[in-house]
This record gives sequence, C-alpha cells and structure tokens, in this order.
Amino acid sequence: MAYSSKVVDHYENPRNVGSLPKDDANVGTGLVGAPECGDVMKLQVKVNPETGVIDDAKFKTFGCGSAIASSSLATEWLKGKTVDQALAIKNTDIVAELSLPPVKIHCSVLAEDAIKAAIADYKAKQEKDKGVPASAGHAQPNA
Amino acid sequence: MKLPIYMDYHATTPVDPRVLEAMTPYFTQHFGNAASRNHSFGWEAEEAVETARKQVADLIGASAKEIIFTSGATESNNLAIKGVAEMYREKGNHIITCVIEHKAVIDTCKKLEKQGARVTYLPVQKDGRISLDELRAAITDKTILITIMTANNEIGVLQPIAEIGAIAKEKGILFHTDAVQAVGKVPVSVNDLKVDLLSLSAHKMYGPKGVGALYVRRRNPRVLLAEQISGGGHERGMRSGTLNVTGIVGLGKAAELAKNEMASEAERLKKLRERLSAGLHENLDELYINGSLEHRLPHSLNISFAYVEGESLLMGINDVAVSSGSACTSASLEPSYVLKALGAGDDLAHSSIRFGLGRWTTEEEVDYVIEKLTTVVRRLREMSPLYEMVKEGVDLSKMQWVTH
Repeated sequence: MAYSSKVVDHYENPRNVGSLPKDDANVGTGLVGAPECGDVMKLQVKVNPETGVIDDAKFKTFGCGSAIASSSLATEWLKGKTVDQALAIKNTDIVAELSLPPVKIHCSVLAEDAIKAAIADYKAKQEKDKGVPASAGHAQPNA
Repeated sequence: MKLPIYMDYHATTPVDPRVLEAMTPYFTQHFGNAASRNHSFGWEAEEAVETARKQVADLIGASAKEIIFTSGATESNNLAIKGVAEMYREKGNHIITCVIEHKAVIDTCKKLEKQGARVTYLPVQKDGRISLDELRAAITDKTILITIMTANNEIGVLQPIAEIGAIAKEKGILFHTDAVQAVGKVPVSVNDLKVDLLSLSAHKMYGPKGVGALYVRRRNPRVLLAEQISGGGHERGMRSGTLNVTGIVGLGKAAELAKNEMASEAERLKKLRERLSAGLHENLDELYINGSLEHRLPHSLNISFAYVEGESLLMGINDVAVSSGSACTSASLEPSYVLKALGAGDDLAHSSIRFGLGRWTTEEEVDYVIEKLTTVVRRLREMSPLYEMVKEGVDLSKMQWVTH
C-alpha cells in the first residue's frame, strides 16, 4: 500500500514520542485499543491548571504507520488548545490531514478515542481532587 | 549490494536465466500447438512438452504419464479435490484437511461443503504440525480424501507426510498434498511418501508464473478424477485446454535444475537462515519463532517481534521485501489465520515477519537485513506503549483493553 507523504513524515519523524508522569494531577492519560487488534495508543496531555490550556502532549503507539501518524498528529494539534477545543478534534479532521484511505479510518477513530480518554482522565483527576469519585475511560488492570 | 533486497521467496521467485533461455525458442520459433498431430511444428511442441513431463516426474519420483499440466497450483488443488469428490461420490463424501492449508485448498473444501460434502479441518499443534492421532480419529468409512500440505507457505513447517501417507494407504483413502512450497526445496518422492495426488507450481521454484502440475497416481491405486475444465480432452482427459508449451518447458527446466542443485542450495540457505536468526536474536530480546524449527523448509523463517506491529515494521524496512501476518497487511483486516491457529495469540500474529531466502540471497544481504531490522525494531519499541508497560512490570494479559 502506498502511504501519503504526510503519513511517511510522521512515521519517520514522529512528534512528541514519550511519556509524561501519569500520577501528576495535571496529566491525563488515555490508553485505547488492544494488542490482539494490532493497535494500542497511549496519549497523554499536561494541562495548565491556571489557563486550562494543554501545555504538553506525548504519545506512544503500537500499530501500523497510519496509527503512528494519527497519534503523532493528534499530539501536535493538542498543544496550545484548551481542553474543550481538544474535545472538538474529530477523526475526520485527521483523515483529511493525513489523506488516510478508507481501510485506515479506524486509526483516526482510535486517535480521537485516545484524546477523549486522556481528557476524561484529566477531568476525573480534577474532580477527585474536589472529592468527587470518577471513573477513568481507559484501559486498566483487572481488579 | 543492490537495493531493494528480495527476501519473499515464498510468494514467488524470479525466473532462473537458464529457464528463460530454455523457454525463449518456444515463443517464436517452435510455437506449434502440442496437439497438432500432422506437422513438424506440432511435433516439436509435443516433444518439448514430453521432455518437460519427464523432468517434472523425475523431480518427485513419479513416471511421466502421471503428470498433468495445469495453470498453477491453485488449479491443481481444485482439480485434485473437486475431481476426487465428484469421481468418488458413490464411495463417500468426507474429506479431511487442516486449518492452516492454503486458501486454494480451504476454499475449495468450503465450496464442496456447500454442495453437501462433509469436511474435517484438523487443528495444528503449537509447532504447526497436525496430530496423527487426531487424523486417525477423524477418519470414517465415508472418508474419500485426505488433503494436507507438505510445507506451509507462511511458517515453512513440514507436515509428517510419510506418516499421513501410511495411514491413508492403510485405510484405503486417497491422499493429496499441496507441495508447492516444498517441491524443489526438499526431497519429495511420491512413492516414499505414499502420496496419490500432489500439486506443484513453476513460479515457486524459479520457473514462470501461470504453469503448474498435478501428479495423479496411475498404479496402486489408479486414481481417477472428474475433469473440471472440459474441452478437447488434453492431458488424458483430465484437463482440457491448449498446452502452455513455453510455460511447461520452463517448468521442466526449473524442475531439472532443482533436482541437480537442491541439496547444495538447501545447505547454503539453511546456513544463511541460521545466520539471520542468530543475528536477530543477538541484537533483540522477545523474539518468537513461529512453528517448528526442526521440521521446516531450509530457506524459511517466521519471527514475531513482540510489541511491534508488523506493518509499521515493514514500513521501516522498505528496501527489504518480506511479508507480515499483521492484519494491516491483509485485505481482510484479519491477522494471519495460520499464526492464529498456532495458538500463540493474535498479538504475536500482528508482530510477525516472514523471511524467505532463495537462490540469489547473499550473506551480505542477510547482514544488511539484520542491521536494518534491529534499528527499526528498537526505534518502534521505544515508541511502543506495550514495550514500556512490560518493562514497567505490567502483565499485558491481565489488562482490560478498551476495544471497539
């Protein structure tokens, strides 16, 4: 399969690969996908509590080139956005930007899910700080 | 060293220049129809076909009259299985095959099931081989055919063909084997193995695409087939259609070369494969070899690089032609059914790479592939959340994943 030049660029020079301290109250972590499906994305955001703006975003992805590119692009777009603006990112935006073919649309869906899961986790941590129990929207060890 | 490097010899092989040389005159000079009985053009073509028939027969220890030329192994498999099912309908309707057969066998069996046949798909053990006990248990008085491949196209694992042949003989059941990957690579003798029908293809052994053969036993027992392509009654009435003389000449020459060079080639390729495997294992941890190493084609290696997805791996080594069992590289978006059948888990199927070495693979190329893969696997593992979690001590099998 031929990849678009943007997918190749993100694959060869991925932006923001790495991890943020997941126990930090200002860091939200999303972990979506499953190894047996061939795609797992971990996406993290660090939110400035004063401004509500995402200061930093990191990812690690197990998946095909398009999955790596989708998550790399997502981190690039997240930085500088407010939490609400981040939630407005749609998988179709990623499809358009990376010229993903139909068989790769699920990669963009996973990236959108990862964004939502990371922000849900951040919000849950904020709620928890205020004493409200919350549930996280990402993969977790079985009890 | 020339890039890109071809290391996908299970998919197809280049035509050996000696094969091409043998074929060339049959395109323009000796272009006759082998069925033309009354002029020299026809006689020349017929003679060339009969020479090739003998060359193919010699490679598998058969007699020339037992070779039926076809368009390739897919057709050979269809003719063998459908031909037997139709011809022996009175005797029974049960066929035994296995879950890791090529689609040309599995889909043929599925079609017959729709027409009322009963098919048993034997599972394979962890090493990719069927259990002979399970085979024996599957046999009924309605069983007319056992069809089990000699060597698997994805993992290169050799089935216990001689043992299966002995069981089939004992029970009076016909035995067909799809030997596409094995013929010309390892010794295959239809009499030693007690095979009644055997499919082979030219393009897997340095011959041209579009031509293959089906061995059909003529004695002890005499196997009868219902023709699947009707017409002028060529090939003893089992396969009509004007013979592909150039292709058949190429197949014959390829068979002759394989017979003469197989032993030394196999030894050379086995050493290269061991070099490839050792080099990768030296540089990288968490590698899993898929299928038995002991019972395997000499030029074949299938490795899962845990925590790295196959298609992204292929993207990183784009000057090396190999295949992956990853879902993303298949049209169906399902990971390899062969690797799944080994029971190692879908995640390892997604991480698998198939290496196929061949006649023109060099030590220099193997070393290049080791270095290149090492770099790319390390880079992708740095990027892999799974590798990070494992290194942190998380048991991935105990995770509850959020799936679609």
